[in-house]
Amino acid sequence: MAEQKMVSLTIEGRSVSVPEGTTLLEAAKTVGILIPHYCYHPGLPVAGVCRMCLVEVEKAPKLAPSCATTVAEGQVVHVHSEKSLDARKGVLEMLLINHPLDCPICDQSGECELQDYTFQEGREDSRYREPKRFNPAEDFGGDVIYVPNRCILCTRCVRFMDDVAHDPALNVSERGDRALIGKFEGKDLTHPWAANVVDLCPVGALLSKDFLNKARAWELDRTASICPNCTQGCNVIMETRENQVVRMRPRPNENVNAFFMCDWGRLNYRWMNEKNRAERPMVRRNNALAVASWEAAISAAARALSGKSVFVAASPMLSNESLYLLTQLMQSGYGAFRVTEGEEAPLPGVKDLALRRERAANVYGAETLGFKKTKDLLADLRQGDVLVIAGENLAGIDASALTRASEVIVISSVLPEAASNASVVLPIANFSEEEGTVTNLRGRVQRFTQARQAPGDTRPSWLVLGDLLGAMGKQASFFLPSEVFARLASSTKAFEGLSYDSLGFKGLPLATARDTGRKTPIAMGAA
Amino acid sequence: MGYPHYPHERESTVLSRYFGDAEARTLAGWKKRGGYKALDKALGMAPADIVNVIKDSGLRGRGGAGFPTGMKWSFMKPGDGKPHYLCCNADESEPGTFKDRELMRWTPHALVEGCAIAAHAIGAETAYVYIRGEFTEPLYWMDQAVKEAYAAGIIGKNAMGSGKRIDVHVHKGAGAYICGEETALMESLEGRRGNPRIKPPFPAVSGVFGMPTTINNVETLIAAAPILMNGADWYKKMCLSNPKSTGTKLYSVCGNILRPGTYEVVMGFSFREFLYDVCGGPMHGRKFKAVIPGGASVPIQTVEEAEATLMDYEGFVAQGSMLGSGGVIVIDDAQSMVTVIARIARFFAHESCGQCTQCREGTAWTTKIMERIRDGQGTIEDLDTLLDIGEQMTGKTICVLSDSCAVPVVSGIKKFRGEFEALIQGRRFHPVVAAVA
Repeated sequence: MAEQKMVSLTIEGRSVSVPEGTTLLEAAKTVGILIPHYCYHPGLPVAGVCRMCLVEVEKAPKLAPSCATTVAEGQVVHVHSEKSLDARKGVLEMLLINHPLDCPICDQSGECELQDYTFQEGREDSRYREPKRFNPAEDFGGDVIYVPNRCILCTRCVRFMDDVAHDPALNVSERGDRALIGKFEGKDLTHPWAANVVDLCPVGALLSKDFLNKARAWELDRTASICPNCTQGCNVIMETRENQVVRMRPRPNENVNAFFMCDWGRLNYRWMNEKNRAERPMVRRNNALAVASWEAAISAAARALSGKSVFVAASPMLSNESLYLLTQLMQSGYGAFRVTEGEEAPLPGVKDLALRRERAANVYGAETLGFKKTKDLLADLRQGDVLVIAGENLAGIDASALTRASEVIVISSVLPEAASNASVVLPIANFSEEEGTVTNLRGRVQRFTQARQAPGDTRPSWLVLGDLLGAMGKQASFFLPSEVFARLASSTKAFEGLSYDSLGFKGLPLATARDTGRKTPIAMGAA
Repeated sequence: MGYPHYPHERESTVLSRYFGDAEARTLAGWKKRGGYKALDKALGMAPADIVNVIKDSGLRGRGGAGFPTGMKWSFMKPGDGKPHYLCCNADESEPGTFKDRELMRWTPHALVEGCAIAAHAIGAETAYVYIRGEFTEPLYWMDQAVKEAYAAGIIGKNAMGSGKRIDVHVHKGAGAYICGEETALMESLEGRRGNPRIKPPFPAVSGVFGMPTTINNVETLIAAAPILMNGADWYKKMCLSNPKSTGTKLYSVCGNILRPGTYEVVMGFSFREFLYDVCGGPMHGRKFKAVIPGGASVPIQTVEEAEATLMDYEGFVAQGSMLGSGGVIVIDDAQSMVTVIARIARFFAHESCGQCTQCREGTAWTTKIMERIRDGQGTIEDLDTLLDIGEQMTGKTICVLSDSCAVPVVSGIKKFRGEFEALIQGRRFHPVVAAVA
């Protein structure tokens, strides 16, 4: 990379040194100063229209919009000076004069930048005595509803559709104070990435139909996770209310998903709350499955597996940790998995970001760990094998296909119908209920954490598998998933050098992963 | 549109000389009057020499800002490997201004010539004339002139046999005020919504289609030809006051005055004599009360300020206003200032593009308060609110439309507070034509 020229300046009395061409707003972020703003978004082209990020630059005649002003050597910038505070107070008052102030019934309330900045810097009253402007709410198609009365016309949504999604569906209609966001004739927000406009909207003007009136922002618990719905591995925040996953939103990661996630991944979370779960360990007695203690079930499974030829039908939703432990279980046996497929849907404005064809979190991890990707899951099941069903739902597979197995052991969150003749059932947590890592299609290993509590006596998969291996006399049990990962890293070449600490919450590529050459994925449609 | 008035003896008709002369509209007629000689001369000169002549003449932008034209042209660096563009701002959307309309109606070839000279000087092969959509008659004559000039080989692949390519395109706007703002004009020209762009980058760096562009007013471009023919010194001498303002300036005079119309006088002319002598003074039995000297977006002058003004860039500033585009709106004692200002505010609220918060909300809010005061429903606190909104709308947005709305309101309240208070306190001022809003 070419030598970058650094520029030194002072922002709020703090010395800052940033590469040439950085904006004041980004430079201020590097020393922990957030300049209030609405229209600016790091993933979109600069518009400079909200005029909220005005700051005072010494020796400049006018206040400067910090999102559109690049740093200059020796500049002295005041973010909280009287002049800039006064200007921002003015902007906030203007933004609120036609705002309905319906926070009590607005979904955005609690995570609204208009609320936050008004609370921080705004006036406590309004001098506006005239009637407010009114426009009816509009269905924008897809998952999006538009409430124009709350709109501050920052145009983030318009720029996202134009410059990132490359599907210009939105515009600013009318002008002056009549202006509002409009749809082009015949267009709807049906682009597979369109729901990002809901996240981008700093106020409650663009709302998700799926999340509408479902929860207040302050009732939600937020967990750093990975979207498990395709091999892209978008970083997400999984939001739960009363132990139910109610929403997934993108978590910025410049190496994977920039600031975005697709609609399909975003809305495909209901399976995590599934009620039809295997909740108790079970062992077959008198030709029927009967609830047993964990100890009894684990030792029954260990007995069934010891010294036998094993075939594992795994789910590509399982973590690297669990898949690794399953390979230890296989001994000289085989492991296979299958993946649901759908249509690929790229986001053109960001390099190498798409809703992938393969709709599971850990396809690459499973392959790396030696599982065979197949269409016919049980093709390699030999007569007399012990069949371990790990996370697989066996959808579309007839019970008769399992008769080749001498015994069937189910280690899953749900007991598949086809496996009702299982001899042991070990209920495990699903993706949202445990911790672990998954490997995306570019070989990036990323951590996800527990967002909700598993029902009944269910245990995390890595714990169950560790105990099972222990009962088989293989190796000691594990107390933390990080310990499983450490074992995996020390025994598998691809994972060499990785640990939970080094992965952090942005992940790292596998030693063997090819370099995608992606350095700055920030979506910049316009030059 | 009718014929213009016969020039007053104190006018200096350089650009307006052929107003009313229908023959000057045709190529043959224009050539008979010495047309295209300046272009012929210019094409024989080095671009840098033309720029120097313009620089020496002291010609400044006639669109409103008064930026030195020669300096603007010198920003266009030759040999940067990029196509250069010339834009002619013929949008003339400032209320009270109609000088460019007359220039294009009567002397369309003068503009074609001016465009060609400027294009050559800045190294551009293409000139766009962006004409306001409502200007159907000027548009017709400009189209005719461009067609004639192409047919005669004056412009085109080989302009006047010089081997240089100069294309002139006439583009019809759709009638938005904001498209007279230079960057909004470029957006509109490129086929997008006419929203002003953030500056920097300035047009000389990234203008039309992202290429270096110079944008000039119609009057500025037309002035280039006589300067080239008669020399910089001739132009510089046309100055009665401050030597920084040279040449002649066209004024569009309208409102409550005896002889409204387009006038051309030398820089530094007395505004008092202009109003009372050249334009005939107030209508019978009336007195002047206020003057808006440079189009609706400049500060309002009281009649005392106006009478003390010398008509040049510095002279208007010294008397609390600006030369602007030269759209003189005269208001007499039969008018309510509140009604006038409310109407101006309404115009800006209607024309705001709505990008910047202060402008979108502020212009509409100002209008609502102004109209409430006009209708006798105002309070004294409203005046402070208006001044404060005006402060918030000044110097904080991408373009100056927001400032333009605040200026008449703030200057109006400061200079005619009594009229506002009278309406608010119920001592209602009954203007003769107040109902016409």
